[in-house]
Amino acid sequence: MAVGGALGAAARYGAGVAWPHATDGFPWATLAVNVTGCLAIGVLAGLAPRHRLAMPFLGTGVLGGFTTYSTYAVDAWTLADAGRPLAALAYVFGTLAAALVAVWAGHRLLRRPA
Amino acid sequence: MTLVLVLVGGAVGAVTRYLVRFALPWPTVWVNVAGSALLGLLAGLGSGLPGWVGTLVGIGFCGALTTYSTFALETYELGRSRRALWNVAVTLLAGIGAAVVGVGLGRLF
Repeated sequence: MAVGGALGAAARYGAGVAWPHATDGFPWATLAVNVTGCLAIGVLAGLAPRHRLAMPFLGTGVLGGFTTYSTYAVDAWTLADAGRPLAALAYVFGTLAAALVAVWAGHRLLRRPA
Repeated sequence: MTLVLVLVGGAVGAVTRYLVRFALPWPTVWVNVAGSALLGLLAGLGSGLPGWVGTLVGIGFCGALTTYSTFALETYELGRSRRALWNVAVTLLAGIGAAVVGVGLGRLF
């Protein structure tokens, strides 16, 4: 789990370096990280919901370390604080909607037949 | 060096998140709220902090302590229920509220 969390955090850091945003800019990298992480956890929940290693290492470790709520919350406030309240609202609810659709899609696409 | 800080912070954050599971009800809500408050505090302190603290604690620890994927998965698994709505409402309001309070506190110093 520690190894997974470290790998996930490093991948998230890499995405932030590759796709930087201005202080008051729209945080596309974090949005992309969170939505792809949600797609992956949906797939994982469909394929191996009770696997002894897959869920702790990949789900809790890698994807938990990769996706983030703290950066999302602080960036949302930073946008609002910079005089862009509509962008902040779009970011908050856009991420939420995309994340839930991603989990649903990942789960539906690759679910093992019962 | 930066990568090492992110790796260490990420490992500690993920393990802490896992351990909270055994200590508190609604663990994902708690880690997301606590991590948002701490990251907000760091952001509010801003340039008063050495850069390595932001990398280790902000990007590494807070980033890995908090999670969007587990939040979204748990919401999805709650289905079309009142609990799912509560999970979303509490996470959004308390999480972003905690970040705002953290930033405000950090700016005081």
